[in-house]
Amino acid sequence: MDIKKVEKAVKKKKADFPEQLIQEITEAAKRHELKAGELDELVDTLKKAYERAEVESGEAVGTVAAQSVGEPGTQMTMRTFHYAGVAELNVTLGLPRLIEIVDARKKISTPTMAIYFEEDYAEDEEYVRTLANRIGKITLNDILMDFNVNYASMTLSIEIDEEQIEEKRLDYDEIIKKIEKAFKKVEINKNLLGFEPTISEAKHAIRELRLLADKVRDLQISGIKNIGKVVIRKEGQEWVIHTEGSNLGAILKMEGVDKTRTTTNDIHEVEKILGIEAARNAIIREAQATMEEQGLTVDVRHIMLVADMMTADGTVKSIGRHGISGEKASVLARASFEETGKHLLRASIRGEVDHLTGIIENIIIGQPIPLGTGSVGVIMKQRE
Amino acid sequence: MVKKDILKHELVPDHVVLKKNQITKVLKDMGVHPEQLPKIKLDDPVVKAIGAKKGDIIKITRKSQTAGRFISYRLVLG
Repeated sequence: MDIKKVEKAVKKKKADFPEQLIQEITEAAKRHELKAGELDELVDTLKKAYERAEVESGEAVGTVAAQSVGEPGTQMTMRTFHYAGVAELNVTLGLPRLIEIVDARKKISTPTMAIYFEEDYAEDEEYVRTLANRIGKITLNDILMDFNVNYASMTLSIEIDEEQIEEKRLDYDEIIKKIEKAFKKVEINKNLLGFEPTISEAKHAIRELRLLADKVRDLQISGIKNIGKVVIRKEGQEWVIHTEGSNLGAILKMEGVDKTRTTTNDIHEVEKILGIEAARNAIIREAQATMEEQGLTVDVRHIMLVADMMTADGTVKSIGRHGISGEKASVLARASFEETGKHLLRASIRGEVDHLTGIIENIIIGQPIPLGTGSVGVIMKQRE
Repeated sequence: MVKKDILKHELVPDHVVLKKNQITKVLKDMGVHPEQLPKIKLDDPVVKAIGAKKGDIIKITRKSQTAGRFISYRLVLG
């Protein structure tokens, strides 16, 4: 029994099955060695069951989704600042993370990336480590052996640790170039560097020197914008880099990085780099992962509905006042949600008309609501 | 990164510009006007990569956890 035969049988019965169901039928048919007649019967029974399970027209799917996510949400920990998988990295989880997702925050509290590598590089520890050092933020302070502030001569001298440079797989010349670019008054003698502050007024000289000392120490000599700490981990056979902070666009441009699996948990960044459909997938993935991590399961269909609503406009919109709920067509529906006065006032200024097509408006004025059986009306045919 | 690279990313489903003769059939099957479809912006990276134009309808073949494969449509905004 192959999939073609099942597809044919399904078509014959005029059943509109999704691909996955057809596949499952094929597997079942193979397992039980069904004959053609038996397959027809199976499809027939399944069609009845499938149609019974379908959502009725007029069903309040949004309300059901809200309840289905909300109820397990009450069991989520209010404050979890957790260490997910990688012990060194902090990732927001639980309720705060879920709120962050549906609010479509522009700046999420703990952006993080998982960087995978292409086949040729995935098991090459040396390459991954080199790249990790190019991605992660390294300041001059990380490679210093000696740091001296001399108040007598008003100078600053540092010694660069060559072993550290070796270990971090950095390039000495590049570092020197960066230092020369950042500081004008610098004397370079192999790995011994001397700095001099630019002193404008004599009485502030000490302060200037201290400021220079901080500036020298904090000079970034390696790393990608917005990315802080990196953690290298071996997952199965391959090496994976996890980062604190996120910059998907820059990372995807790097050589050896797997351009199909490397992701970030920042939904707005996914939208910007990979498009709205990818953002939809990211919302589903992130929301589901957050629920699952807490040991809760919500049917994906509810999360998919939320993601569909959030991305229907072509941009990621938040649920709530500034997003979907704030853009409802009906004045009364908006006013009953939040900022009642503002909406009523604006509606009166603009002369808005409420067509009373939604649920809330009709509840407010005490009419039957257009939902379920209420969503159909009766029209009488006039006698000619 | 070459522009087309993003199309291979696992988060990005297949996007195909619908041909003129397919549009009427699709809209009729669903019983909707083009404006009732979900939207996609003209400056969306995927729209740029496949070179769709304003007013085009894009057929999106999503991988779905429930249906296996699901076909959806988006209208390219101006």
